[in-house]
Amino acid sequence: MLLILVWAIVISFAIFMYVLLDGFDLGIGILFPWIKSHQERDIMISTILPVWDGNETWLVFGGASLYAAFPLAYSTLLPALYLPLILMLVALIFRGIAFEFRFRVKNKSRIWDISFAAGSITAAFSQGLIVGTFVQGFGHSLPVNASAYSWFTPFSVMTGIAVIIGYALLGSSWLIIQTVGELQERMYRIAKRSLIALTVMLIIVSLWTPFIEPSIMTRWFSLPNIFYLAPLPVLSGATLIYNFYSLNKRNVQNERLPFLLTTLLFIFSYLGFCISDWPYIIPHAVTLWDAASPPSSLKFTIVGVIILLPFLLGYTFYSYHVFRGKVTQTHEY
Amino acid sequence: MIINTLLLSRIQFGFTIGFHILFPTLNIGMAMFLSIMEGVWLKTRDPVYKAICRFWTTVFALTFGVGVVSGIVLSYELGTNFGLFTNAVGGVLGSLFAYEVLSAFFLEAGFLGVMLFGWDKVSPKLHYCATLLVMIGTTISAFWIMSANSWMQTPAGYALVAGKYIVTNWWEVVFNPSFIPRYLHMILASYVTTCFVIAGIAAWYLLKQRHVDFARRCFSFAIGAAIVVTVLQLFIGDAVGLEVNKNQPLKTAAMEGIWNTGKALPFLVFAIPDPEQEKNLYEIKIPYMASLINTHHFDGELIGLKSVSPNDRPIVVTVFFAFRIMVGLGILFFLTALCGLWLRLRGQLYNHNWFYRLCLLISPLGFISSLAGWITAESGRQPWVIYNLMRTADGASIVALHQVVISLILFFLAYGVVFIFYLIYLFRLINEGPTEATIDTAMQPPPFTYLGKN
Repeated sequence: MLLILVWAIVISFAIFMYVLLDGFDLGIGILFPWIKSHQERDIMISTILPVWDGNETWLVFGGASLYAAFPLAYSTLLPALYLPLILMLVALIFRGIAFEFRFRVKNKSRIWDISFAAGSITAAFSQGLIVGTFVQGFGHSLPVNASAYSWFTPFSVMTGIAVIIGYALLGSSWLIIQTVGELQERMYRIAKRSLIALTVMLIIVSLWTPFIEPSIMTRWFSLPNIFYLAPLPVLSGATLIYNFYSLNKRNVQNERLPFLLTTLLFIFSYLGFCISDWPYIIPHAVTLWDAASPPSSLKFTIVGVIILLPFLLGYTFYSYHVFRGKVTQTHEY
Repeated sequence: MIINTLLLSRIQFGFTIGFHILFPTLNIGMAMFLSIMEGVWLKTRDPVYKAICRFWTTVFALTFGVGVVSGIVLSYELGTNFGLFTNAVGGVLGSLFAYEVLSAFFLEAGFLGVMLFGWDKVSPKLHYCATLLVMIGTTISAFWIMSANSWMQTPAGYALVAGKYIVTNWWEVVFNPSFIPRYLHMILASYVTTCFVIAGIAAWYLLKQRHVDFARRCFSFAIGAAIVVTVLQLFIGDAVGLEVNKNQPLKTAAMEGIWNTGKALPFLVFAIPDPEQEKNLYEIKIPYMASLINTHHFDGELIGLKSVSPNDRPIVVTVFFAFRIMVGLGILFFLTALCGLWLRLRGQLYNHNWFYRLCLLISPLGFISSLAGWITAESGRQPWVIYNLMRTADGASIVALHQVVISLILFFLAYGVVFIFYLIYLFRLINEGPTEATIDTAMQPPPFTYLGKN
């Protein structure tokens, strides 16, 4: 039981790391259409050039751990989300190759800029579709009808847009830390607008979600849950307000603040999502306990996680440390 | 042939994994090459070695980018398209994949940034550490993926409980009977491929008399290493042959075109296997050789395809010809390397344009050979997804046909575009060659600079 819980935490952590780290990567691509200058785009992409690949590895880790620890969920959810997942993967291809390819083009061709932006936006939207579908679920029992378009509803389209906006906020607050001058100035403005849009989206999603699924309504609004869970929306609201304040004030001493607050906002939203979904791994149909791998596999793999996770977090941090600092200009690569 | 979800899923998986394999095949070898060259540079401080590191690192980076994005696809495609298979084997293979990500992917990705962009941000020794760690990462990655694939060929250490594979002994799972020879075979295939890619590109410079000093050192090293790795590959390839015949005799039967079980069987240099008549047409054979190769005895017995019913046999033509392409090219590589050794011993390695042309001509063939070997291994396993335990047909996801049609078209288009531009930029890099700037680090600006860093 405990082992299954530990695995659920590991996978949740991996997915969150992916959302956070690739979130600001994808966010930079999402912002591309608003930044026209080649030089500025170079700077934006250079801030993530040495780390994007590590960030995307969390996605592979999430997939592999789900496969290892909850094979029933992996083999049920993935076919059920077939098209949005394929769309995400193909979008990530066009986004990923742009990193290398755009430094190889002659005469400032924009083809890979378009590929980067379109790939980032599509990938973010597909991920949002998946999140929305996860909230909706696929009915209350197996089998899941993998041929249905249950991932395409007004709600999931809206979560898709919300994720695009959320990543844009992450991306712009990342660039506030990483850039100077006019570009940083613009990022402050974009971050503020993204934050307003995200606030609207968060309110709509939070109000809509309980009506999607009765069990979510009960989870949040029954007694005594409402008292235990009330701090979460309150804290989210406070973080939103503080983030507005930090973006308005533009404290030069603490340029990391908007990014940290946005991270906090993502943590709260993610927690809210987990609370709504608990204890299901195939939403509203199969619980963590029913989908878990046999104990022999859970044990074998958790040993690797316990030994290797601290190391990989360590050298991931080291890599960020080596490439810390503001990017001011770029050269031909 | 019926067009259904299963068929399209198999085409899609074969296509996407076949595409992906090309890139790590080059980069496992390239990472080793860079590790050696950077070590030599640290020891000698000869600027030519620095130029070698810088130039091949750009090729490595370009290849790595495509390898990463095409690899991510696979980690999800197993679930989207082969859900029933992944549900049954999640307890076994899922764990191996998790270990691959934890021990290899993060290591590669974590130090790739330093390796590519850290030349002037960390000390040369630290940079060398990063290069070594990336190399180790690529090698460990191949370890786990080959272990997982070998388990599908020769499953061991499991119990089948209610349709699911549960591990009883992890050591037996990871080090399943076919794993060690197949892993070494793959790593060496990668080294051979890389040797001839480097030799071919260097030969092209030498033919054009460009970057002569740079190209000679690359050429000399690649042709020298080629003799070592091709000879090793002959031995390991032989070991794989013995292993396959022992564990998967029907795969051997398809590889050798053997229909009737028998002893002292000939090796077919050429034939057209006819599954309808269950015999071969137009055979050209060398007596006793099939038995000798696969059992190490002239009168060794080999199982024939007719020992099982037709729907338990692989598609013989595919396995038969893929195997011949792999072996034929392998021998060509060995002879070329031998030729290089002979020229070197006579002090004439750089005296013959025909040898340069030969090396240029065969430089892309390592990829064909590796792909042919992979097709031999995987087609030869059919109709099983887990050899003799689970049929491929029972492993596919239940998704609507049109969804797989859409994804298949998307992958064809995406990979087509990626491949064309990869080649364009690769040839452009090669054409530009090691620039003056790459020889002297001080003149080579990093791709971006930083402000306010102390």
